Amino acid sequence: MNKLTEAPGHIPHTGHPRKGFFTDTSICIGCKACEVACKEWNRNPHDSEFELLESSYDNTGSLGADTWRHVAFIEQDREHIDKARESGRALVSLGMPGIGPPGAPAAAAGTSPDVDTTPPNTPDFRWLMSSDVCKHCTNAGCLDVCPTGALFRTEHGTVVVQDDVCNGCGTCVAGCPFGVIERRSDGTAGVKGQRDFTPGEQAPTRNVGVAQKCTLCYDRMVDGQTPACAQACPTTSIKYGEREQMVSTAKERVAELHAQGLTEARLYGANDADGVGGTGSVFLLLDEPEVYGLPPDPRVPTADLPRMFKRAGLAAAGMLAAAAAAFLAGGRP
Amino acid sequence: MTVSDFDNYRPPEPPRRSKRGGKRRRAGAGQGPGETPMVPEAEFTSYYGRPVVKPPPWGDPISAYLFLGGVAGGSALLGLGGQLTGRPELCRNSRLAALASVGIGAAALVADLGRPERFLNMLRTIKPTSPMSLGSWILTAFSAGVGISAASEIDRMTGSRLPLGPLRKVLRTIEGPAGVEAALFATPLSAYTAVLLSDTANPTWNAAREDLPFVFVSSASLAAAGLAMITTPVQQAGPARVLAVLGVAGDLIATRAMEQRMDPVAAEPLREGAPGRMLAWSQWLAAAGGIGVMAGGRHRPVAAACGVALLTASALTRFGVLRAGIRSTEDPRYTIEPQKRRLAARRKAGIVDDSITTPG
Repeated sequence: MNKLTEAPGHIPHTGHPRKGFFTDTSICIGCKACEVACKEWNRNPHDSEFELLESSYDNTGSLGADTWRHVAFIEQDREHIDKARESGRALVSLGMPGIGPPGAPAAAAGTSPDVDTTPPNTPDFRWLMSSDVCKHCTNAGCLDVCPTGALFRTEHGTVVVQDDVCNGCGTCVAGCPFGVIERRSDGTAGVKGQRDFTPGEQAPTRNVGVAQKCTLCYDRMVDGQTPACAQACPTTSIKYGEREQMVSTAKERVAELHAQGLTEARLYGANDADGVGGTGSVFLLLDEPEVYGLPPDPRVPTADLPRMFKRAGLAAAGMLAAAAAAFLAGGRP
Repeated sequence: MTVSDFDNYRPPEPPRRSKRGGKRRRAGAGQGPGETPMVPEAEFTSYYGRPVVKPPPWGDPISAYLFLGGVAGGSALLGLGGQLTGRPELCRNSRLAALASVGIGAAALVADLGRPERFLNMLRTIKPTSPMSLGSWILTAFSAGVGISAASEIDRMTGSRLPLGPLRKVLRTIEGPAGVEAALFATPLSAYTAVLLSDTANPTWNAAREDLPFVFVSSASLAAAGLAMITTPVQQAGPARVLAVLGVAGDLIATRAMEQRMDPVAAEPLREGAPGRMLAWSQWLAAAGGIGVMAGGRHRPVAAACGVALLTASALTRFGVLRAGIRSTEDPRYTIEPQKRRLAARRKAGIVDDSITTPG
């Protein structure tokens, strides 16, 4: 990564380890408690008119200004399951570094004599359920391109919008490789049940016209509490804690699944060498990322910014030269 | 599946319609009446055809700003040239054109903000990683120079009737340096918008990052030259004619190069649909304008007609590029396919440690 881009390690805070999520989709039951808890705690308005989106049990659609947790539902038949298992196996056979938890490699677990490593019979049907959230990237595209400084890196290594500073220019929306952040538009109703509303009337929508996204419940975090979604999750599919801890938990879990023959299991965002420098929210997926609506190879746009400035500088010099040539060749007035 | 005869009857299926415009990639399973048997499908490559990246909330005002910012930048250069080579009319008209276009462009920028009343927050900080931040400072510095030099022109045109008092002397002294200062920021103003678009996760804009600045400065040059040919008599518009021809040549070459060097999938929105048609028209109009200038640029009506063609060509380029980028976010294929391809290429080359997906 170039020196221009911001990262949690640039100005390290002392006494505040980087926090993050580990979303283990293999034990997600699709209850959407995280979506509800998130909306309630952050008082996010509903996204649109209530409608059925004809996408299994997902009627939320996608992450956005008003949706900071989104549960994806994917229905797969045997062929897809086999394909997912095969792609996971191919990933393992690439020989990537860092397979398995430190000190307990997956191969060792696989060869243990008292563990049955025969893959279970492939079921004819499965549901993939995954609770998506802001990735709180190490090299965050939204934060890098924000012109006002409204987006900032907190002491916990997360990326948060200061809603009283943001002027709604929308650059961060284009800058996010995951399509998470969005500018809140008006026309939606606010949430009821808070003190700042009159019973029987619609509560006003907050922060209209500014960029909005998951804050990893910054307000709860500063009080040492767990984010609302992780607290509400009944199966511990959403885990919250120090990022290092989350990554090692994730690695242990994926090794466990591989040992069971479930080679479709893979991690998303746990690699610090990837295009966004690793994500604060790590996921365990059971198929290719694009199946869940995640980009397969995201790259923070500012990684190429020095090169872009060079090209633009060259172009600007060319324009200056053209103008000078025009006056030299333009004859006498 | 049961084998009972009673189950052979199925009620007629209601026609499926897709909401949110997304293509359904899978036959639904277990959705009540009208349930269809599972059919194997070619490939499940996206989540119900929904976009992966989001379009920025940028509409026509931003396209207009891209166009007007270019006109302003080019005009400031022509203004400085006129100032230095003794072409008073070219200098005056270009300075006024620069002021008008930068003024309207900045207003368009502010109008497109989610919170226009907070537009001054753009100058809260200087952030090298944010082209929008640098651009705001470039625009501010440019506007200062253009404002001073154009104010002096307006004062002269109104016969020194502006209520300036003793400041008139100061204004006359600094109008020259102000013109130089504006010209200093003119080329960055014309080029930074390309970086602003490319420094995003937008598939088309990001893939165009190598050559988009060249397209934008060429477009800015030909537009400003076109405007000068409309406003200025042919005797003084010689440099504008040369700049127009150079701009057209640059525009045609850079656009070709850009489309060829881009990822072929990410380049599709530049060729297809309404944005594709706009960009094609822009190329034809630019070529026609350039040929017209070379053939009959010394005749005022021809020059003016060519100027209109060039201005339209530049506007179409900006609107086309912006809309093509917005369009590229609507279909997940523009995001997923190039990413999968570059990932596969890296793996083939033996680089396996930089994937976001890891087996452990």
